Amino acid sequence: MSRISQRFEQLAAHNKTALIPFITAGDPDPEVTVPLMHAMVAAGGSIIELGVPFSDPMADGPVIQRANERALKHNTSLRDVIGMVHRFRERDRDTPVVLMGYLNPIEALGYERFAEMAGAAGVDGVITVDIPPEEADDYLAALRAQRIDPIFLLAPTSDEQRIKRICDAAAGFVYYVSVKGTTGSARLAIGEVASKVFHIRKSTGLPVGVGFGIKDPESAQAVAQVADAVIVGSVLVNQIESLADQPDAIAPALSRSISQMRAAMDLI
Amino acid sequence: MPTTNQTDFSGQPDARGHFGRFGGMFVSETLMGPLRELREAYDRFIVDDTFKAELEADLRDYVGRPSSLYFARQLSQRCGGARIYLKREDLNHTGAHKINNTIGQALLAKRMGKTRIIAETGAGQHGVATATVAARLGLECVVYMGSVDIVRQEANVYRMRMLGAKVVAVESGSKTLKDALNEAMRDWVTNIDNTFYIIGTVAGPHPYPVMVREFQSVIGREARRQILQQAGQLPDALVACVGGGSNAIGLFHPFLDDTSVAMYGVEAAGEGLETGRHAAPLCAGTPGVLHGNRTYLMQDENGQIIETHSISAGLDYPGVGPEHAWLKESGRANYVSVTDQEALDAFHELTRCEGIIPALESSHALAYATRLAAEMNPDQVVLVNLSGRGDKDMHTVAGLDGIKI
Ligand SMILES: Cc1ncc(COP(=O)(O)O)c(C=O)c1O
Repeated sequence: MSRISQRFEQLAAHNKTALIPFITAGDPDPEVTVPLMHAMVAAGGSIIELGVPFSDPMADGPVIQRANERALKHNTSLRDVIGMVHRFRERDRDTPVVLMGYLNPIEALGYERFAEMAGAAGVDGVITVDIPPEEADDYLAALRAQRIDPIFLLAPTSDEQRIKRICDAAAGFVYYVSVKGTTGSARLAIGEVASKVFHIRKSTGLPVGVGFGIKDPESAQAVAQVADAVIVGSVLVNQIESLADQPDAIAPALSRSISQMRAAMDLI
Repeated sequence: MPTTNQTDFSGQPDARGHFGRFGGMFVSETLMGPLRELREAYDRFIVDDTFKAELEADLRDYVGRPSSLYFARQLSQRCGGARIYLKREDLNHTGAHKINNTIGQALLAKRMGKTRIIAETGAGQHGVATATVAARLGLECVVYMGSVDIVRQEANVYRMRMLGAKVVAVESGSKTLKDALNEAMRDWVTNIDNTFYIIGTVAGPHPYPVMVREFQSVIGREARRQILQQAGQLPDALVACVGGGSNAIGLFHPFLDDTSVAMYGVEAAGEGLETGRHAAPLCAGTPGVLHGNRTYLMQDENGQIIETHSISAGLDYPGVGPEHAWLKESGRANYVSVTDQEALDAFHELTRCEGIIPALESSHALAYATRLAAEMNPDQVVLVNLSGRGDKDMHTVAGLDGIKI
């Protein structure tokens, strides 16, 4: 069983929902990332989602776009990000790590080479925003050969047929994008999210995570009532941005936000 | 990997938009549904008689088609080789080939019940062509443009605003065409319910490369008929500049099965391929995935897209339509490059010897065509796509001469 599935089972046994904090690797500089990952785990993060910087993050709003730009100022590459996971694993063998990014850096490395390197470093899952299952045969084969979970996104525009197809290709969990838009864009409508998640569960036994638009302990709590995982990104990245010139303050600030969300989620 | 019949040049792409190993649909899940909806609408209306009649009437009465095919006698004489013919897309309404496509896509948008149009633009020609059709059809229009291009193409920005479009400056990344495309995609994913995204070239996810090719192929269909009539023969070579590749595909596609016709797509070599400051992914790039399709890209070894350079904003793009990537690999078309300086020389040469001021983009095609023609015989024919007029470039060219206008 993958580290991701194990983590979901442990949480379920305690009636808990996963909290998945997202940061962009290398933001605001590469030295910050690994210690920050450990701090986020200590504050209650169940799985760490690490953004791989890309020059053209088409699905991201301004907050995460700027995080990509800060990371790329230091030339943070996919190889570097895999190296960070390797270092994280020196001290943490239990917390799953999921990479999230765009296809082109993976194409540049080659699917198989990427999967080998990522698997060896202890990457557990990969979310690639711009590869639908229709284009993913070789990509899926490479990930599966290294026992890395391919995680796919579902959207408000996904019809029943697509939901089935995507859930069949996915492993670990599926990620429901709660709003039509880019990361950090809109407020989520919890009623719509609840009915869509209900729908998705008919097609899959995989845990369902919900992301995009979760901004505070209240929205985290609301989503935790309907989903198996709460994914939170732009609020954290926003904090990193405002503390970019005092890197020592980043981990304490993010830890505070994460533990507040964790506490709110644990109230239900 | 989809298999393709290497000799079936005009039969591409497959049902999911693959030209050999290129093309496809590499987008976020949110866009897969809307792209299917677009594909279905396109498939339905492109064979619909009322739609076709309306498109044809608009191209004739509003755009001014057919555009003429002009024998450039003076230019041919100066080269001392093949006879050079110019397909005069510069004579179209709004001054470039771009309107052939915006007319078609806007009619489709109307049929789909969309009330809001968005577009990306580099040189501003596609933005102007989009703002123009939006004004005429009474549709709300937002154009995304890199802030660097806004400075280079001031006059076109003003034209778009006059036409009622909102021009949004894009400040991310390299602040040019690729970033404008990213921003337009972000707008589309946020407003898909009422918005139609008119992409200005044969790039983007399926069905855009086929759809834009279809709307631009009117260039090649007319040119084929005209050259047979005027020269009594098929051309020996076609030459067109390649930014995203829409004017080139529009000219090439109806000739693909005429295997005696050589094809040259001309990319921007900027300050020279060896300097790295250029916009020539087919000549000097590698395959990758950007903006929804697999194609040749300008990228570094880590798969990050790198900044491009060209004197002409319309060619300043790090990718290229996937069909060109396939035509390159299959050997059907040749891709070459021309520097800023060579394009400028061709710009001045055509202006002085034929009294036609070409766009800087089109000047790249002219520069290569004159080089090619000089090595050919007078019984041979070179047909060049003069994709646009140079009015928009007065500012840039005057600036190089130290003149402020
Ligand atoms: C006059 C002209 N020619 C060519 C191009 C390049 O586009 P494409 O390669 O799609 O024809 C542009 C783009 O703005 C243009 O304005």
